[in-house]
Amino acid sequence: MDEFDRRLLNRLQQGLPLVRDPWGELATELDCSAERIRQRLQELLDDGTLTRFGPMFDIEQLGGAFTLAAMTVPEERFDEVTALLNDIPAVAHNYRREHAFNMWFVLACPTPEGITQSIAEIEALTGLPVLNLPKEKTYHVGLHFPL
Amino acid sequence: MTSTLSLEQQQQLRRLLENGLPLTSRPYQAFAEQINSTEQAVIEHVKDLDQQGLFRRFGIVVKHRALGINANVMLVMDIEDERVHQIGEALGEAPGVNLCYRRPRRPGWPYNLFCMVHGRDRQAVEAHVIELLAQHNLQQRPHHLLFSTHAFKQRGGRYNQNKTGTV
Repeated sequence: MDEFDRRLLNRLQQGLPLVRDPWGELATELDCSAERIRQRLQELLDDGTLTRFGPMFDIEQLGGAFTLAAMTVPEERFDEVTALLNDIPAVAHNYRREHAFNMWFVLACPTPEGITQSIAEIEALTGLPVLNLPKEKTYHVGLHFPL
Repeated sequence: MTSTLSLEQQQQLRRLLENGLPLTSRPYQAFAEQINSTEQAVIEHVKDLDQQGLFRRFGIVVKHRALGINANVMLVMDIEDERVHQIGEALGEAPGVNLCYRRPRRPGWPYNLFCMVHGRDRQAVEAHVIELLAQHNLQQRPHHLLFSTHAFKQRGGRYNQNKTGTV
């Protein structure tokens, strides 16, 4: 990652201008060509540094629901349970963490009922109880990584 | 609603938007061609969606691990109910705290305030969290640092692709 990448990604984390030619507008700001921006973004998408860009819908505003959930998975079953969860589309993220609750995942569903059903399905599939921790209040959301 | 798009075109556009903006010089023109509309109508509709608060953000999704941001900790704390709002607001504004939520306590789970802190390495993140706790006088409150050791799945929430399916 060079200085241009850093400037480009830091700028894009603040959002894309909502205009006819967003890359052209960014090019003016960053003093480079729009072609260079598009080419570099394609490379960063291809190598997996970026997953995508554009609008991220707030699924709660659209009637959908999220929750954070956790399980205590016995060590000898960890890989098996990971594979089971990874096949469930409602599982958006899944992290191993250092705690007796060692598997932490985010469920994202089109409806609040979908969360309840997904938890029941995961409990049935794995035979393990799920700790469901839906958020009660948001104090800050601002995933921003200064580069 | 001032949009001139039909309901069907609006749904088509949402699906296209979820997949991201095309890397062409006129991305909204490209969308317009796909839904048989005009660039102007597409831009107007996207602005409407934005003003209605339907977007969490409009930018990029970085795979932070690909950028060398390898340490991520979930700091969980048990804060008295009467103080949790005030502490949540203060920690939510603290530098380095990317997410801050209040969540319910459960049997066997005594913590009600959650903060995510990311950084390049574990020592730096740990030092930062210890400093945060000290600054807010929270060292004596029950708390725990849950470092993540593996990410098995990371994707953006997709909503418009499959409205009926639950899982």
